[in-house]
Amino acid sequence: MTMDAQTARYEKNCILTPLEQGRFRAATVAVVGLGGLGGYVAEQLVRLGIGHLVLIDGDVFQASNLNRQLFCEEAMLGIKKTEGARKRLLAIDGNVRLSVFSEYLNVQNGKEILGASMVVVDATDNNHARSVLLALCNEIGVPMIYGAIGGWFGQVCTAFPGDNTVAMLLRGAADRGVEVSLGNPAFTPALIASLQVAEVVKVLTGKGQLLRGGFLYCDLLTLDFEFIHIEKD
Amino acid sequence: MSCEVVVKLFATFREGRGKQVVLPLVPGTTTPSDLVRAIGLLEVDVAILLVNGRDGKWDQRLEIGDYLSIFPPVGGG
Repeated sequence: MTMDAQTARYEKNCILTPLEQGRFRAATVAVVGLGGLGGYVAEQLVRLGIGHLVLIDGDVFQASNLNRQLFCEEAMLGIKKTEGARKRLLAIDGNVRLSVFSEYLNVQNGKEILGASMVVVDATDNNHARSVLLALCNEIGVPMIYGAIGGWFGQVCTAFPGDNTVAMLLRGAADRGVEVSLGNPAFTPALIASLQVAEVVKVLTGKGQLLRGGFLYCDLLTLDFEFIHIEKD
Repeated sequence: MSCEVVVKLFATFREGRGKQVVLPLVPGTTTPSDLVRAIGLLEVDVAILLVNGRDGKWDQRLEIGDYLSIFPPVGGG
């Protein structure tokens, strides 16, 4: 790449000041899960200029991922999702730093894997994994950007350590939800992932209003986007 | 004020029911559990139960003016 192209890379990131763009280069963000949500999240974080991504997924690509997962290509079937992510992200930015873990996060490995992260993006595909991740984020003191999808529907919430919103969302929820019968089409993960990445940008810059104290409910079928304020009695 | 209670429905709970249903209320007696069963759902189908936008309990007695919001679980990623 020419120097001119390097200089021009972020010229459309005008929502960031040059100082903020420079800080993004020094920032570490973790993406837990590299499926529907995680693919779009990781791609957008690299294009925004986040300098260090921690990528975690123990799975390999299969044919049923082709309908929505950004890093899944026909030639990738059977290949680790982390490898698909690495190939695509380095093709976008050859200088981005990637810490890749081809395993699932748990209470044993979690603190060490996530320890350097300034924000953790939840792109897991079940509520048990989300509960484990939430506990880890609370323990190490980093914000977690919750995202969940199923069919036409999605939910997003930002939880800082000590916030009880995501815990409330998970407490009564079965491990799997409406996605069991409705699956996940291409557009829902793209939407929810974009909302999660916007939350990351606001957490890192202190700009705007965060999705705290409740969650954003997105219904693409009846076109209902509603912030559901939730309080615990 | 009529003795009715609004149950706001979300995601798949809207199928065949619309965005909300209005059900009869016996103040001080009717519970969220009664209402969810009345619309053909089970407590285990519900991931989030809010009463007046606050964390709700299945056995709490509802009063005139209360409303429920119920959400199914969403778990994909």
